[in-house]
Amino acid sequence: MEDRLSIAGEDLLTITGLTKAYPGVVANDQVSFSIRPGEVHALLGENGAGKSTLVKMIYGLVKPDAGSMVLKGVPYSPAEPRAARAAGVAMVFQHFSLFEALNVAENIALGMENPPKMRDLAARIREVSQNYGLPLDPDQMVGDLSAGERQRVEIIRCLLQNPKLLIMDEPTSVLTPQEVSVLFQTLEKLRGEGCSILYISHKLEEIRALCDHATILRLGQKVATCNPRQETARAMAEMMVGEALHVPQKAPRIPQDVALEIDQLDVPARAAFGTSLKGISLSVQKGEILGIGGVAGNGQDELCSVLSGEALTAAEQVKLAGTPIGDLGPNARRALGLLAAPEERLGHAAAPDMSLTENALLSGAVREGLEHNGMIDWGKTRDFAQKIIHRFDVRTPSANTAARALSGGNLQKFVVGREILQNPSALVINQPTWGVDASAAAAIRQALLDLAAEGAAIVVISQDLDELMEISDRFAALNEGRLSAPVETSDLDVEKIGLMLGGASDTKAEQVSA
Amino acid sequence: MDLSAISPTLLLASLMVAATPILLAALGELIVEKSGVLNLGVEGMMITGAICGFAIAVETGSPVVGFIAAAAGGAVLSLIFGFLTQYLLSNQVATGLALTLFGLGLSSLMGQSYVGIRPPAIEKLNLGPLADIPLLGPVLFNHDLMVYLTLALCVGIWATLKFTRAGLILRAVGENHDAAHALGYKVVKVRLLAIMFGGACAGLGGAYLSLIRVPQWTEGMTAGAGWIALAIVVFASWRPLRVLLGAYLFGGVTVLQLNLQAAGLAIPVEYLSMSPYLITIVVLVIMSAPRKGGKSRASLAAPACLGRAFHASQ
Repeated sequence: MEDRLSIAGEDLLTITGLTKAYPGVVANDQVSFSIRPGEVHALLGENGAGKSTLVKMIYGLVKPDAGSMVLKGVPYSPAEPRAARAAGVAMVFQHFSLFEALNVAENIALGMENPPKMRDLAARIREVSQNYGLPLDPDQMVGDLSAGERQRVEIIRCLLQNPKLLIMDEPTSVLTPQEVSVLFQTLEKLRGEGCSILYISHKLEEIRALCDHATILRLGQKVATCNPRQETARAMAEMMVGEALHVPQKAPRIPQDVALEIDQLDVPARAAFGTSLKGISLSVQKGEILGIGGVAGNGQDELCSVLSGEALTAAEQVKLAGTPIGDLGPNARRALGLLAAPEERLGHAAAPDMSLTENALLSGAVREGLEHNGMIDWGKTRDFAQKIIHRFDVRTPSANTAARALSGGNLQKFVVGREILQNPSALVINQPTWGVDASAAAAIRQALLDLAAEGAAIVVISQDLDELMEISDRFAALNEGRLSAPVETSDLDVEKIGLMLGGASDTKAEQVSA
Repeated sequence: MDLSAISPTLLLASLMVAATPILLAALGELIVEKSGVLNLGVEGMMITGAICGFAIAVETGSPVVGFIAAAAGGAVLSLIFGFLTQYLLSNQVATGLALTLFGLGLSSLMGQSYVGIRPPAIEKLNLGPLADIPLLGPVLFNHDLMVYLTLALCVGIWATLKFTRAGLILRAVGENHDAAHALGYKVVKVRLLAIMFGGACAGLGGAYLSLIRVPQWTEGMTAGAGWIALAIVVFASWRPLRVLLGAYLFGGVTVLQLNLQAAGLAIPVEYLSMSPYLITIVVLVIMSAPRKGGKSRASLAAPACLGRAFHASQ
């Protein structure tokens, strides 16, 4: 990579010695690298390696403690995002950057310095979005859009500013394979126009396909640069972790009795932007992992809550080992051995302002016997929390830390571990490794495989198709509240799965015209 | 009982006057809530405005200066709330309730020497031939300037929220403060300005009571008008023109019950006095009832960040 050290003047953005410390942790320590015009530059690292802080400094959201940046040969130190945008730096956020109750044009106007009149803006949105193969209706409410369409809104918002550098934070985590390929065509087109892209992702195969260079961060320091096209995904994962990577192994399985089944279930949508479930039937055997794929918002949350007991149905419609449980609440189901870990970590799977110990109690009270006659056995609860922290390598100052204070990946390990350690006979888990780095994700997947090997029936709902291919025995696709017939995973490849997800018909129109 | 003593023309005319203070306070609170802040201190800011306006109008002899002082008084009181909730991140509900209690006490203290005094009179606006139109003239065109300014404010707020960038930013901050922050908008600054605007409007509403509607100073004279204003914002699903409707509805019921009392309806007076409040509760329950598909109409329209503290950590 010696050629990377060429004259700074040739580079679009040069970063030298950027350092940012928060109380108790150095998020970035003397990070230096540079981005050339028209290249796709990957930023890799585990959860908490300092990627987010770094891009926030480039985008002017966070002020560096030390170090300097040079953009197009001019010193660059944005005091706020507005200044960054004015200098030609735009960012597509992973989440919380859109306003659901506002329409597409209003959302885009909010991200612009001097937006034109709404009518002119709407026309420009139509034009630019068609141009880049990302069609959008400016008058639609963002709350009604799919995750992929929402991302288009963010991308168009950036493109209208003619950026020189586009920062993308985990852009593909919510997309179907077809949507990913549409996105990649757009990015290729942008690159062709001379725009540089700083690309953050956990999906190493994508980075290998798309990126020209990669900078790897570990614990806030730059540890390596590489050309992703010449490396294997595994090699890059090991550079991120700094040690050899464990790959989960799936053992062959013998057919057994059905543990968990749903029979012809219809559930109307509960929330305004929710999805109704239509004619869902599924059955999972003991020791089997059923993978349910699909883009978020196609009924995943609804299906998860029907299985967990948050949404009740007729008793006969959900059965655990032949026992009707459709009318039982979550605690009654836990007592019978059916546990669930919902997708949203903060606020659904864990109470944000309660400690890990208290959060362990909330779900573990029934099966672990943490309370007697209404009195809490704190000693036992602390032991249970410690066991989770120890077994699942949850990095936290102590078990008394509030759930909110943990990084997403660490809290995810805690939430998943909490359910697995209760020895469920059936486990429903929604997005087990969302936002979790490669090594932690491998650990969670291995734990799920181990649990299945001990005879538990597991339903894994995920948008990560590689993950489902890796661990599930059978695969079914959830699309607009309908569940496809399950297929043996060994008969599938990612291409076929993408078609099962129902993306085939509506992606044709979205191919880039150029 | 003599219902014929009730003149529909006078009833409608006094409805507009009765609704004005609530409308002012509700419009202010609408802006506050649109920015994502729930200020339950409307009652306290109203009554502080009532005494500030009254005292200054009496001292200077000018009602206009009185109204300006009322707006300033309400805004200053709301700044206490703003500082506590936006910088010290105190709980908005508790702080708002405390602000109401504080405002009631403060106004009593300030108003001790003003009890029983008449404020300078305020002329009705002379609209010339318009006021002579039969029926419409007395109902619509025979009021003081504040009535019309309040109506203009209502339309102005509607247009600002719908058509201007400032309105868009205000809605964005109330809808998703994290996103607004990430895009570089000053969430706390926007909210503080909204809170001050709400305080000023509530102060004006209070002064309208003490200078025009009643007109004199008595302790606790707002008598729950601030709470009704809060309820009307929910009733209106956070829409300015519906706030107008709600305020006129409440004003109408208030005026009607006063007229019925005067006409000697054979119902205890207390029932009539409580009727506007009862009707408000009934309307709120209907508005908040779950619709098909889950959420209530009211909760759908509520700004998503309403009542949530914002701190720019990370």
